[in-house]
Amino acid sequence: MENLQLVFPEIFLSLSIMFLLLLGVFKKDSSKLIQNISLVILLITAVITFNETITIDEVKLFNGSIIIDYLSSFMKIITLLAAFLALVISSNYLKTFKIFKIEYPILILSSVLGMMIMISSNDLIVFYMGLELQSLALYVLATFDRDQIKSSEAGLKYFVLSALSSGLLLYGCSLIYGFTGSTNFNIIANQLDSNEYAITFGIVFILVGLAFKISAVPFHMWAPDVYEGSPTSVTLFFTMVPKIAALTVFIRFLYVPFLNLIEQWQMILIFLSIASMLFGAIAAIGQTNLKRLVAYSSIGHIGYALAGLATGTNDGIQSSVIYITIYILMNLGLFSCLLMMKRNNEYYENIDDLSGLSKNHPMLSLSLLIILFSLAGIPPLAGFFAKFYIFKSVLEQSMYFLAIVGLLSTVVAAFYYLRLIKIIYFDKEKERFDTDHSLWLKFSLTASTILILIYFIFPSQLIEVVSRINIIQ
Amino acid sequence: MNFPILSSLILLPTIGAFFIFFTRSNDKNNLTVKYVALFTSFVNFFLSIYLWILFDQSTSEFQFVEDRIWIQNFINYKVGVDGISILFILLTTFITPLCIISVNNTIKNRLSEFLIAILIMESFMIGVFCSLDLVVFYLFFEAGLIPMFLIIGIWGGARRVYSAFKFFLYTLLGSVLMLVAIISIYWISGTTDVVELYEIGIDSKYQNLLWLAFFSSFAVKTPMWPVHTWLPDAHVEAPTAGSVLLAAILLKMAGYGFIRFSLGLFPVASEIFTPLIYLLSVIAIIFTSFIALMQEDMKKLIAYSSVAHMGFVTLGIFTLQQQGIEGSIIQMISHGLVSAALFLCVGVVYDRMHSRLISTYGGIVTIIPKYSVLFMLFTLAALGLPGTSGFVGEFLILMGAFKDNFLVAVVASLGVILGAAYMLWLYKRVVFGKLINNDLKQMIDLNKSELFILSCLAIPTLFFGFYPDPLINTIEVSVSDLIDMYNLNLVSKF
Repeated sequence: MENLQLVFPEIFLSLSIMFLLLLGVFKKDSSKLIQNISLVILLITAVITFNETITIDEVKLFNGSIIIDYLSSFMKIITLLAAFLALVISSNYLKTFKIFKIEYPILILSSVLGMMIMISSNDLIVFYMGLELQSLALYVLATFDRDQIKSSEAGLKYFVLSALSSGLLLYGCSLIYGFTGSTNFNIIANQLDSNEYAITFGIVFILVGLAFKISAVPFHMWAPDVYEGSPTSVTLFFTMVPKIAALTVFIRFLYVPFLNLIEQWQMILIFLSIASMLFGAIAAIGQTNLKRLVAYSSIGHIGYALAGLATGTNDGIQSSVIYITIYILMNLGLFSCLLMMKRNNEYYENIDDLSGLSKNHPMLSLSLLIILFSLAGIPPLAGFFAKFYIFKSVLEQSMYFLAIVGLLSTVVAAFYYLRLIKIIYFDKEKERFDTDHSLWLKFSLTASTILILIYFIFPSQLIEVVSRINIIQ
Repeated sequence: MNFPILSSLILLPTIGAFFIFFTRSNDKNNLTVKYVALFTSFVNFFLSIYLWILFDQSTSEFQFVEDRIWIQNFINYKVGVDGISILFILLTTFITPLCIISVNNTIKNRLSEFLIAILIMESFMIGVFCSLDLVVFYLFFEAGLIPMFLIIGIWGGARRVYSAFKFFLYTLLGSVLMLVAIISIYWISGTTDVVELYEIGIDSKYQNLLWLAFFSSFAVKTPMWPVHTWLPDAHVEAPTAGSVLLAAILLKMAGYGFIRFSLGLFPVASEIFTPLIYLLSVIAIIFTSFIALMQEDMKKLIAYSSVAHMGFVTLGIFTLQQQGIEGSIIQMISHGLVSAALFLCVGVVYDRMHSRLISTYGGIVTIIPKYSVLFMLFTLAALGLPGTSGFVGEFLILMGAFKDNFLVAVVASLGVILGAAYMLWLYKRVVFGKLINNDLKQMIDLNKSELFILSCLAIPTLFFGFYPDPLINTIEVSVSDLIDMYNLNLVSKF
């Protein structure tokens, strides 16, 4: 039982959630307190994860259903930090909309718990459990501003489509269980019989379910509506945190049990990747709502991350992990800007509201400029390097078509990022926005901008950190 | 030589830009901001002169090389200069301060941002010319898009948004294929270090595709016919200083890229694709000269003449004769000086009359004589009159072309005549003739700063026209070694 300390972060997090629930019930007006405690809990969990598991190469627990390795530790820490930042910068927003309630941080914590379980899962059942735990919390979060019709609609849409995808996923799991006799990833790997077409069906169903969760084309339809309808603070959470867990599951699911069937799933992944990159780039052009635009842009970015996974090499996995890390950083900066677009207690989220921002708020626009060029993948900003590593690993496998389509869609995508820059810098100014932002919001914007800007000075560091991820032995 | 002189050249303008950034300019301290920018760019200019003095002309080895690990086991930050690149660095550091001086008359709002953009642009451009690693080169090459996009978009004319987008997307589209090629080279050869790649060469079966990928980027940037259409738009809408940077330096990146990478890395493919380059160059020379004849907008006319001149440059490069390549380099330097001056000349009358239409002007020779004299000088330099630097370049290119391909050379020579036609006709319509437009009588002649800038450009134009030896001595060894290496690789690979 001494190995229990390896899952101590999860245990700590679940106990804290229960404690917070009780606290919320018995103490009145405790939303601020609970928010602060949750933030501390997230940080403590991150520290515990770092201390307990970062040095471990690979340990399996509970009959091999939970795996603790470097990938899981790294992704958990990123998840926790992203959740921390997403929570901390949204408090002003929540207060404005009068949804600063005790449930909000607790729901975020539970979904983070679900993600941590997903990240560590080495078994279909455990993975499904974690997935459902996070999804249930996310459904409620999407409808959190329940007086707004849009928010309720978003939650309902998300729930129905997500339930459908969970169903498909479960069906895939049962197929695989039926033909291999186990739910454990490693045992499945040993039991594989590549002539069994049913297994391919199982893989396809699970991939479809996962593609839903990660909003890859053609299973992306929910994303724009949900992102637009949910409160901005929730959208911020959606675009960042669940993607990390879903990507980790993608990696583990494809590379542990089914690496030998790479011919079967590689084409699917290439298709998902190309379709997401192209669709994300083209569909974003016509958008007028910033949150919708971000939704399409995140679809495109997921396409690049999947391109790394399609390679079937450790390099590819590492480049995807780097991509998602840098993507989260850029998204954090972008949403910090979005949360700053406030005037007289009203938040603005249309593209036109950015008009002439550079005259009134030079520093804010400069940050946005850097973030947007980075999202477009223009050197020397961090976003370029993210794409660069992806294409490096893609070209190593001589997948020229994927690389060329990917790069051409960056050109298309550059168009709508440029359009935003045009509106910010070239158009006539409107009224000023408020400047009384919380310190954390300013911090997250400044920090992410500076990191994006100076990433090119220390590009090796992130690679070194990630280079310990070796899923393929 | 431990002092990292090239990195200093790259970094100095950025540091200056940082200073300006933290000065937080308003209308009162505009002058301070300008002096900071001017000071930085002049220091950079003198530093590059110092570099030229230290430069050893007797070898084609890369000098002042700095090699640092940048991304572990993958890319080194490697910079260095040889005879070819040093001239472009000098051109960059020479043109930038002139641009900053010219800002006086043209940029009214957001001055400090404009200067920051120009200085950062200078950093990137110097980076392009001295990077010796393909990835580093790509980084600088692409990064230049950001400041230029802003320069055109924020301070440009009426159709600035369209032009800025066109400029950005055209060049980006061309460049992404180059990125694919660069990464492929890494996987084929195991390195992106240019010097190493020169030694080991690239397997000839890959060369054609790689050459085309690089070509797609350089052709857009040069710009070659038929992907030149972004250039007139960008030039017309950009503010004067922006046009000057664009014409004088940005276009040279591609010519430099052709020499350094297309010839150096892919000799087999270059040999195969030479007819294509010849064809496109000749079309560019003849076709765009005709277009230039018909223009009513002065800036557009000069923009099209740039396309024609760059046609000569690409023609010269791919003759693969000593004279041809030397001529191309000198033509690029000369075009850098002359086109910069011509755009400034247009800027001068535009600031006074707010019109770039040729028909607005006429008969201004008696009103602004100093201007007319200098404008005359640059017009003659642009058409390649003996005694100006334009002549040296064009003459050498045609000499190289006659050695290599008689027909192409003959057709290209016709371009010289057309060049004379549109430039002289432009000059005649603007400066001579009857004074019809009475508003022109209010025009004032060049002020001190304009006179200073134009004379600064006139001196080297004349000096190198009569005495091109300093330029030729600098590039001679590098070019001949490049050609030797090219022929050697060609023989060994076939």
